[in-house]
Formats: sequence, structure tokens, C-alpha cells
Amino acid sequence: MTWPRPGLVLLLFARAARVQRKRATLTIAAIAWGSLSLMLFLSFGEGLKRSLYRSTRGMGQNLAVMWPGNTGRPWQGLPAGRPVRPKIEDVNLLAQRIQGLTGVSGEIQNWSVTIRRGERTVTGRVFGASADYGRLRNHIPATGGRYLNTLDHSRRRRVAFLGDQLARDLFGDDDPVGKGVTFDGTPYTVVGVMVPKVMMGNYGGMDKDHAIIPIETFAAQYGRDDLSVLVVRPEDPRQMGRVLRDVHEVLGGKYGFDPEDERAFGIWDTVKSAAMNDNMAFGIQLFLGIIGGLTLVVGGIGVANIMYAVVKDRTREIGVKMALGARSSWVTMPIVLEGVLYTLCGGLLGLLMAVAAITLLGMLPTDGDAALGMLGKPTLSLPIGFGTAAILGAMGLLAGYFPARRAARIDPAETLRYE
Amino acid sequence: MEPGSIPATAAGAPMTAANGDVIRMENISRVYDTGKIKVEALRGVSLRIAPGEFVAIVGPSGSGKSTLMNLIGCLDTPSGGTYRLRGEAVSGLSRDQLAAIRNRRIGFVFQNFNLMPQISAYENVEMPLLFGGVGRHERRRRVTELLEKVGLGDRMEHKPTEISGGQMQRVAVARALAMEPDILLADEPTGNLDTASGNDILGLFQELWRQGRTMIVITHDMALARRASRIVEIRDGAITSDRPSAPSRDESR
Repeated sequence: MTWPRPGLVLLLFARAARVQRKRATLTIAAIAWGSLSLMLFLSFGEGLKRSLYRSTRGMGQNLAVMWPGNTGRPWQGLPAGRPVRPKIEDVNLLAQRIQGLTGVSGEIQNWSVTIRRGERTVTGRVFGASADYGRLRNHIPATGGRYLNTLDHSRRRRVAFLGDQLARDLFGDDDPVGKGVTFDGTPYTVVGVMVPKVMMGNYGGMDKDHAIIPIETFAAQYGRDDLSVLVVRPEDPRQMGRVLRDVHEVLGGKYGFDPEDERAFGIWDTVKSAAMNDNMAFGIQLFLGIIGGLTLVVGGIGVANIMYAVVKDRTREIGVKMALGARSSWVTMPIVLEGVLYTLCGGLLGLLMAVAAITLLGMLPTDGDAALGMLGKPTLSLPIGFGTAAILGAMGLLAGYFPARRAARIDPAETLRYE
Repeated sequence: MEPGSIPATAAGAPMTAANGDVIRMENISRVYDTGKIKVEALRGVSLRIAPGEFVAIVGPSGSGKSTLMNLIGCLDTPSGGTYRLRGEAVSGLSRDQLAAIRNRRIGFVFQNFNLMPQISAYENVEMPLLFGGVGRHERRRRVTELLEKVGLGDRMEHKPTEISGGQMQRVAVARALAMEPDILLADEPTGNLDTASGNDILGLFQELWRQGRTMIVITHDMALARRASRIVEIRDGAITSDRPSAPSRDESR
């Protein structure tokens, strides 16, 4: 007679006195509220994380952006404070000399170009960029257009690739591809328009507002060949440090500065900042999870409380059952079961409310609102669901276990005394 | 009288052939240790009860009779001495083992009935059978038979709150008999009943006794005690008198 008897436990559970309905309802509501807030918090965190991830993808992944600066220390008899000015041809030099690069691109920027299309005139940014630029920076052409190609570069064609906002400003709803624009009076042909993308951080303004032309064409028109920006991408993001050192070695050798000179270039290493973003997203999720979890724990304490009350209310009943020959587990298991049941009912209710709330929030238009767009859509992922279910289950067991342990300690002789 | 109706209980409980006593207590003591003070509720009680006896244990409050009842009913274990219930030593058993012994060997009847208010009379009587692992059909047969025997065949689906005190106590008696125990152990069984219902229950007890049950009643009511076959008086934790109650037997007939 030592084997467990789940059937008996279920029967005893069904025949046990029921606790006050109001109290049970309130407790279930507390659990529902707790799991709702936990799931909503985690979903917002997840949405934020995905939106962060998406926005860094917009600029291009695993890039390092380098701004030429001035030397910070003397080198081989030369004083500090000399400008470091890499030229267009250095892009090819770097591509040849550095191992493990998937792309290197230079840009020369002009921030106030008079851009004209028919009657419309805007002042905007036109950047001359190397051939790798489009690939590195995720400039994906919308259907019907293309990005600049090698012939555009080698033949110094006057062709332009427009950001989507700039294209809209100039052409309205017309298709700009194949049509002409002038940059400071010089005619160019539009070969493509960028598909819209989410960007959080960038250098040199948002991509949607600028126009890209071949760097060689830019040099011919404006007579400048000093790079404003260099962008490199290693094959393996873990090689970023080595690649950056190599860039310093190569250019330091050519222009005469210390490869260790940290002021020769301003550097934005997106691999590092992506890791920081990940940490930040994780931190935010952890924070939200802890808040949600605590809310849920309050509900769990409610369940434990109600089960303690149940044990107190049923002390005599439990004592009588023990006197009649019930093993401890036969009186404790129904109590654990009841705690788990309250928790799971509340959890299920919370899940339904969370799904409803997230579906409703998902239907809100966020495209127009930058803040909402950045927050991202709350996303109820499977790990969140399973995590919440696991927490709920564990909490239900605990909330039932401790009261049940008290029930198991009930001394039947004590409870059966005269009233 | 050997009760032939005892079901085949667990194999590990053979009777000591030499002595057929249902209850055999030798020099039992029970000390309640409340930290600072030790209260000696029972000191050196020896008691033997043979099958088929109807024993009334009487004494004023604080005499130790409740403690004695808890020990007889295996709700508690003695601090010293030995207790054999149908030859089975009860000392040193775990809580669950004691529960199993109570289930098989002791039928409790309490002053305040101690029925579960939320379930029917039928389900109340079925409870010990569930704990004893008795099969469904056998359960139905026994519960029906017992409730009819105590005159409640037409009240099976009533809840305890829907029947009178006397009827509740009858349900409790039926429940106590469900596992066909060696002893029916009653604690002030008429204490919460009016005179008529109380007499009713006593009549039922005597009928059960005549059918060969071993009955033990704890009471302070001498009128009740006189209807037993033997009266054990307890005072200050020790037995002060143990005598047959012959006249009562005649009275009851």
C-alpha cells in the first residue's frame, strides 16, 4: 500500500471543501495580472531588442567607420598635430594590403549641394562613394532601379543613387529612375532609389536624405580627393581589432604617423557597439522581467496565502481524514493540486489577456511615429511563453507545497479534541 | 468471541496465538513535554481488552482518559511501555504506518461526529474504504449495507447538514464500521445529542456489541458507562478501578 494513488488524490481533491469563491477569484485575478505584466514587459523588451537589431542592420553590420583626424603624437621627427588625409586611391591600397576584409569603402561628402529636379530645388547632401559602399551600407535598390556599378565608377559616369526621402522630395510619386537631376548645376541620371530602412544611428545624416554618386565622378566635379570617411568590414567580426590595426599600419607607413596613434582616426566600431546594444537589450529585458516577475510573485504569495487559509479552515477535516487512515500524501497532494490549479487558471487568463493586448497594440499604426517605431512592436515569443509557464508552474508548486507541508504536520489527536 | 467477520487484513499481522487480547497495554506512560514543564498524563497504565468486550473508560476531565484514547486509537504513541494491538506492536511506527493501522483496525466515533459537511452520507462512509484501497464494487456493497444497517438507507445522498444530529452520529458509526475494524472506539458519542438520540445511539452500540464487536467508549457519563460490560476508571493518569458492570447487561436486555 505504499504506491502513490493519483486516482485517490484526484477524488479527494474533488470532494474537498471549497474555499470562499471571492477569495479564489481575487487570487486568480492577481495571478492573471502578474503573468499579464510579466508577459507584456518581456514582450516590449523583445520588441525593443528586435527593433534595436533591425536598426543597426540598417546601417550595415560589423562595420567600422573611420574619420581622418590629426596626429596626436610626434613620429619620426615629425611633430604632432599634422592632418591625416587619405586619398581615393588608398581605398584600393587597403583592399590589396589587408587580409580578411570583405569590403572597404571611402566617401567624400558635400553637405550643401543644390539639387534640382525641374521646378523643385532642395539643398542636400551628395556623397561620392567607392564601389563597395552600397554593399557595406545596405543600400538596396527598389524595384526598377539599381545601385551604382563598376562601370559607373571606372567611366566616371554622372549617375546618382537617391535616398528614398530625397527621391520623394524631388519626384513626389513619380518614378525617378532614368530621369535627370542636377547637382550644383551638373546633370546626373538617377539609376536607383534606396528601399526604406530603419536606422537608429548613423554618421553623416540619415541615408534616406542623401544622394550617392561614384567617388571618381565626385572628384572630377568638385576637385576634392581627400576622403571624409573610411568604412571597413572584416570577414570575421572578431577580427575587427586586427583589421583596424592593419589600416593604421598601412596608412601610417604611407602618411607618416604612429600606427599606435589613437588620434589619427576617429573610430566607430559597430561590432563593439552591437555587443553593447545586446547587453543593453538584455539588461532592459532582465529589468522588465524582474519587475514582471515580482508582480507575479505577489500573486504567488496570494496563492500561498489562500492555501494556508485553506489548510487552517480544513484542519479538522484533514485531521479526521488522517484518523480514518489517510496517508500524509493523500491529504497534502490535493492541496498542492489546488494551488497549482489556481496558479494555472490565473496564468492562462493572463496569457489570453497578454495575447489580446499585444494583438491590439500590434494593430496600432507605428509607421508615422518615430518614438513608437523605435520601441518596436511588442513581441510575444515562444521563450517568453514557456518561461512564464515555467515560473507559474514552479510558483504554483511552491505556493501549494508550503501550506501542504503544514497540513502534513497536523496532529489528528490535536484536532479531534472536544470543542 | 472471535469475530469471524474480520476481513483478510495485511498479512504481516498474525495474532499472538497464546493471547487473543485485542488490546494489550503494559505499563504505558505518556509524558507531554511542553518545554519547561513535563506533564505526565499517563503513568504506568496496564490494560487488556479481550475480543467482544464493551469497555467504558470513565474519569473526570484531566484524568488522562483522552490521552489513553489517543493511544488506543493509534493517534499518538506512548512515551514508555508497550502497546500491542491484536498482537502487533504499535510503538516505533511511522505516521503513515499508524494511519494504515487506524484504517484497518480502529473505527472512530467522535462527540462532534466529524463528518465532512460538503460530501454526502454515502461518500462519508466510503472515505475509509478509499484509504484502505477497497475496490469500487465492494465499496458500494459495504456502504449501502452499513447505511441500511444504521437505518439511513433512504438518506444516503443527503449531506450531513441536511440530517439530524442523531442521524449524523449514525452515519459516523457506519463510517467507523466500514473497514470492519477490530475495535469501535467512541469518544463521548452521546455528548452532543439530546437524550432520545443519545439512547438511540447507545441502543445501536449494544446491538453491535451483541453481534460480537469489541467496543470501547470514553465518557464521563456514568449512566452510559453502566451499559458497558466493564468499567475502567482513570484518575490522575492511572487506573483506579476496573470492574465488570454486570447489572447493566441485564438492564439492556
